[in-house]
Amino acid sequence: MTTVAPAPQDPPQDIQPEDLQIVTSRFHNPQGHTLAAYIQSGGYSGLQRALEMAPAKVHDEVRAASLLGRGGAGFPAGVKWGFCPPQVWPRYLVVNGDESEPGTYKDRLLMERDPHQLIEGCMIACYALGLSQCFLYVRGEMAHAQERLAAALNEAYEAGYVGANVCGSKHFSVDITLHWGAGAYIVGEETALIESLEGNRGMPRLKPPFFPAAIGLYGKPTIVNNVETLSNLPWIIANGGEAFAAMGAESSTGTRVFAVSGHVVNPGVFEVPFGTTTFRDIIFSSRYGGGLRPDRSLKAFIPGGASAPWFYEEHLDLHLEKTAVDKAGSMLGSGAIVVMDDTTNIVAACHNLVRFFARESCGKCTPCREGTSWLEKILSRILAGQGRPQDLDLLLDVCDNISPGIKWPPRQTTICPLGPSAVSPIASALQRFRSEFEAYTP
Amino acid sequence: MARLGPANITLAKEIISRYPVARSALIPLLHLAQEQDGYVTQEAMAHIAELLGITPAEVLGTCSFYEMLKQEPVGEYMVNICHGISCHLLGASELIGHAEKTLGIKAGGTTEDGKFTLEAVECVAACTEAPCLQVNYRYRNKVSLADFDQLVERLRAGTSSIAPHGKLARTRQQIDDERRAGVSPPDGATQAPWLDTNSNSNGDIDNKTIDNKTADNKTTDNKTADNKTGVSP
Amino acid sequence: MNAPESLATEVGINITINGEPFAAAEGELVIAAAERAGVYIPHFCYHPRMSSVGMCRMCIVDIDTGRGPALQPSCMVPVSENMVVDTTSPQTKKAQDGVLEFLLLNHPLDCPVCDKGGECPLQDQTMAYGPGESRFVEEKRHYEKPIAVNDLVFLDRERCILCDRCTRFADEVAGDRLITFQDRGDQTQVNTFPHLPFSSYFSGNTVQICPVGALTAKPYRFKARPWDLSEVESTYPNPMGDRVVVQASRDQVLRYQGADSDAVNWGWLADKDRFSFEANVSEMRLGAPLVRGTPLGVPDAAGTELVQTTWHTALTQAADAISAAIDAHGPASVAVLGGAQLPNEDQYAWARLAKAVIGTDNTDAQLHDGLPAEAVLGLPRATINQACTPGGTVILLAPDPKEQHGTLYLRLRHALTKDDVQLIELTPTASGLSHLAAHRLHHRPAEAHAVAVALVGGEMAPDGNGCIGGVLADDVAAAAASLAARADRPITVILGRPSLAEPASCTLAAASELAQFGKLLEAGGRPGLAFLPLLHRGNVFGALDMGLAPRLLPGRVGLANPNPALRKVWGSLPQTPGLDAHGILSAAANGQIQVLILLGADPLSDMVNRELAMKALDAVPTVIASDTLPNSSTAKADIVFAAAAFTERDGTHTNAEGRVTRQRQIVTPNATARPDWAIASELAGQLGCDFGYTSPQDIWAEVCHLAPSHQHLQAAQLDSRDGALVIESSIDFAGSEQVEPTPSVDSYSLRLVSTRQMYGKATITQNAPSLAGLARPATLLLNGSDFQRLGVAQRTVVRVISNTGELDVPVSSSADVPRGTAALAYNHPDVDVRALLNHQEAVTDIRILTK
Repeated sequence: MTTVAPAPQDPPQDIQPEDLQIVTSRFHNPQGHTLAAYIQSGGYSGLQRALEMAPAKVHDEVRAASLLGRGGAGFPAGVKWGFCPPQVWPRYLVVNGDESEPGTYKDRLLMERDPHQLIEGCMIACYALGLSQCFLYVRGEMAHAQERLAAALNEAYEAGYVGANVCGSKHFSVDITLHWGAGAYIVGEETALIESLEGNRGMPRLKPPFFPAAIGLYGKPTIVNNVETLSNLPWIIANGGEAFAAMGAESSTGTRVFAVSGHVVNPGVFEVPFGTTTFRDIIFSSRYGGGLRPDRSLKAFIPGGASAPWFYEEHLDLHLEKTAVDKAGSMLGSGAIVVMDDTTNIVAACHNLVRFFARESCGKCTPCREGTSWLEKILSRILAGQGRPQDLDLLLDVCDNISPGIKWPPRQTTICPLGPSAVSPIASALQRFRSEFEAYTP
Repeated sequence: MARLGPANITLAKEIISRYPVARSALIPLLHLAQEQDGYVTQEAMAHIAELLGITPAEVLGTCSFYEMLKQEPVGEYMVNICHGISCHLLGASELIGHAEKTLGIKAGGTTEDGKFTLEAVECVAACTEAPCLQVNYRYRNKVSLADFDQLVERLRAGTSSIAPHGKLARTRQQIDDERRAGVSPPDGATQAPWLDTNSNSNGDIDNKTIDNKTADNKTTDNKTADNKTGVSP
Repeated sequence: MNAPESLATEVGINITINGEPFAAAEGELVIAAAERAGVYIPHFCYHPRMSSVGMCRMCIVDIDTGRGPALQPSCMVPVSENMVVDTTSPQTKKAQDGVLEFLLLNHPLDCPVCDKGGECPLQDQTMAYGPGESRFVEEKRHYEKPIAVNDLVFLDRERCILCDRCTRFADEVAGDRLITFQDRGDQTQVNTFPHLPFSSYFSGNTVQICPVGALTAKPYRFKARPWDLSEVESTYPNPMGDRVVVQASRDQVLRYQGADSDAVNWGWLADKDRFSFEANVSEMRLGAPLVRGTPLGVPDAAGTELVQTTWHTALTQAADAISAAIDAHGPASVAVLGGAQLPNEDQYAWARLAKAVIGTDNTDAQLHDGLPAEAVLGLPRATINQACTPGGTVILLAPDPKEQHGTLYLRLRHALTKDDVQLIELTPTASGLSHLAAHRLHHRPAEAHAVAVALVGGEMAPDGNGCIGGVLADDVAAAAASLAARADRPITVILGRPSLAEPASCTLAAASELAQFGKLLEAGGRPGLAFLPLLHRGNVFGALDMGLAPRLLPGRVGLANPNPALRKVWGSLPQTPGLDAHGILSAAANGQIQVLILLGADPLSDMVNRELAMKALDAVPTVIASDTLPNSSTAKADIVFAAAAFTERDGTHTNAEGRVTRQRQIVTPNATARPDWAIASELAGQLGCDFGYTSPQDIWAEVCHLAPSHQHLQAAQLDSRDGALVIESSIDFAGSEQVEPTPSVDSYSLRLVSTRQMYGKATITQNAPSLAGLARPATLLLNGSDFQRLGVAQRTVVRVISNTGELDVPVSSSADVPRGTAALAYNHPDVDVRALLNHQEAVTDIRILTK
């Protein structure tokens, strides 16, 4: 079923990844999070440049950059910005720093290592779109990121980059309010994030009508952007949208940060050219994941976080590019690549992922609330040796009732994609490794 | 203490003032209550309800949704071992089993001396550092069984710098009144003033560059902000 | 469900439902359009009177808006042109079956012992479409079995399917956010905050709208099975005329459910009304007539006891007393008080008996706690829907609707929170709507007039403190600006008695100013201003329309201007204009009334001037009472007729808008109790006049024949849920120029305000065991600064002294009360504020002694 992976290929010779670092350029500097180091390395020049431009022009640059959202859905940020209805005020910016998708680890680093870059990105977005207050929602469990951001904000306020009369301008004044979550994965979903920010239970709202860009925080137009997305803005404005678009692939521009974890020799967080690097590169290259441990073979890998259908050997040469991955039946999602080698107990891994969604279901929609926990109970029972032969079909039928047709992209009987996300690992695992389940259900 | 103390009331009011709608401060105030008492007491919930002009039931509704907010006393150290998929693949179950044995409690339990609460938690975003754990939300990476025992020893001996459960960031956001742009309430705001279509550059910068030197010299207290438990991938 | 009126006339949106074309209304939800098209889409969380949440997912159907069919929740999607809806596709069926299975996973199989069994949507769906057996072999969720969320409602969390109906009701309809979702995921539950019950005047509605048996009402638990119940649609006798479904089993009323009248109560009821059926079936109900007798039960006119007798004896005694009084002292020596709770027909029969047969105009359905009939019938009248017109203005010149007119409070609350209606309070204390009010003009007691003058832009100089009537002149000016700014939308004045510690004239003077302002607006082509009068007691508006008030005849006609049809049927009319309740009791106290007839009235408990009522009842030689339950006044009566309750007879009711709706009989009268119309007819017969009535329908036909305002009413209209509006009135209200002088308050005194609370000493409430104990503890409420000056702890018992009397009561601070004012409930079962009330002046000032 699994084959030994061929020798890893290095990335194409003409691309030097370190030259292409955009958002992680200060990660090597232990002081990179301070204002002094930030300014020394060109920080806040993007904001200054933006303020010399008309706001609409700043938006144009972001459009020209074709910057795809880095949170999971991969929607172009410039287009999303354009969805704000005209003449409805105020408008808000909400920064989604609630990174919690299993396997995903990049936004926390961006907040801890380069908080000013994020802050500058926020201010550029506010300037471009006339957003009059920004809320920076950081996952509750990330105490260190909260600290770094608080310190950076305090510096940025004092130095005039945030707050009243930004950079000495007469009219551009925006507060950034640092806000902590308190432990709920679902809050990473943008409408749930808004609910949470309003002091409510983080239960998603139905879209339509509650597209945040039109009806968001306090019912007002709200741009919800991911940390990595916003962290790209200073570079884009300082260097121009076209320069950004020139990097990476045509449909997936710039660079992207991926976390490679699981059964690799060198797990790590890597910023790579978006769209031109392959899975084989990032998993096997010595520059990146460093390949599997000796004598191990690849069983499966998750290309884009726990919600994504699994990929296998035959997908390794796909580029880390949105369209290609979508077409192959999965997603790049949140930039989380989790590698499972041949030692992996597939049933346990599947159970692990399903348990996550069952625990994190908000409880609003019946199919997700009842369905995910039912799936988890069945899988627990199977793992405990209490499985029945009919349980495998039952699993699939329950999946079908949460996500009709068990297709990709998923259809859903629920408001948000959390419930259908629990279907991905089951569908993947049962399709490829049914015999391993059958071994549990005599 | 159960209701917020005087200093925390002042802080709470300052936090509320940062939001256009008071209720948005609910989760921050629940964190504040947890910081004060180690968990969120019913009295604190009722007090927060008063401060925000909502009902205690609404406070509880929100509070109980979020895993970090504890309604019962927990240990001084909340040991959260990640069992997300990446940690699972690299031995989280073994680590949890070991921790249960070392601490003599099941995951979810608190040691009799009130020192430790052990929890198996979902992914805490340190996937490349698996298996990992958090102690009061401070990371420990690539934790071996021996590492775990050492950690427990240090925590028991009181030689750790980790603050008791409830305290999150040690640096708070502070906004001087004169630097404040002001909240933007949902009703009544007009178009953002810098979106004036008549001019090319609408930042209206008077002195185009900020005195970078001043900014340079203003090194913040980043020693306190630094965190020895942070990761270096 | 009926289509809302507003939808019926609009241009349709063409959609296709299950292959059939249908013209839906703009903005209509697919689920509602389908229902009107005769296609039922199963649902649990959707409720037409609350916002959609799309939680249960049961209503997902295939909806195609041009991009191919996709499963969407029909409760969240509005119709759009050329939309194709398929509720029968295999995909829809599979998804709905899946949702049903999910809902049943953790739902206990206790239908046989569940109150909801037989009327349970979940059970019905399962019976119709559910799987024969469960594929779920795991353990179900467990919770402690039913927990009391308040004194009236139990919650069984195991049965709960988390549809958010009760919690949504508490949040967006009642505004009592005391039950919420707690915890998360499949551990989510509905609950209260620990030790903080769901104290809501409206909690019973959550039981009614619960789609399973998770919420049950204490008064109904285990009383009956739905298939044993018979039911009729009727009208609850309150001034809103809330539409209800009355359900009974084995000739006993067991439950009232709200009926969704678009014009009135939208399906909601206040608990006080919903659970009042207990009083109907109370052991205390009067079952036979009573007359004076000896302790051994022997009838004796001089007896100290009330003893049971036959109807013949009681009626004859009554007729004899009336005849003797007329003969010896003239017809004006007979007076009729009360009747406000009776159906229109009964009120009419009593009015005809009093005015045409006896010949006395001394009739008053109100007990000096309302407004003069001429004002109510003479001012332009608003409907509830008009008051709730989006973008309109409501001026509250009345007591707190939350405490006195529950469903109006709910309607107004909806208008304020969802429909951008602005509220201006012109009241002496805060109300349950104050936090939603645009302007709170909380004036000094009895000084509404000055504020009203300034509010409508008149000249009114502020005093030395920059205040008008105790309200900052700037605040009044801001309210005046808001009022003017929205003058192109309807303005509705909710008109009642904001405090019973001041005379009605204070309110009338303010109302007159507003009425004049309305006329000016109308002259300027604006919608103008209309009044929604809110008086106390069930069918008080019917009573005024039926002529149970001095100087009035049925059909909103003055005694001086009888129409020919009435004159012909009635024959004779009173020679002299009569007295109102205060006048009647004053005359009685002076020995001028020989026979006093009390129709469901309890002046000893209800008259603002308690001393006067006591003197009067002591002085009247013959007191005749007709009532369903004994009260302190019937105890003093010489003859008591046992009357039928509204569930025990047919009739019609008139609400505050002038809306006439039907009341229908469902059970036989208690023991030998008789409807009041029959009692009046019998007495008329004994007094020599045969009314010829054999049923309430006969009477109604007569009313429609001779009451000018009622001549257009069609029976078919009355049969509808929303009934028919009576609009015409020939009564002219000239306005009141009388402005009561208010003495200045000395710095040691506070000025008293007193209004009714929801739960009080009312006979019905006190005879319903579930409601009797719900009155809040009596408390004198003071503003924080006044309270601080007392230097005592909250709820310390103090002595309160006025010119009239004194009493002891706990005192507390309240932000609802302005400085210089003190508030004490009017109708508390234990503390009777009337001991303090000053009847010589427009205000009652009190002093507080701490011990």
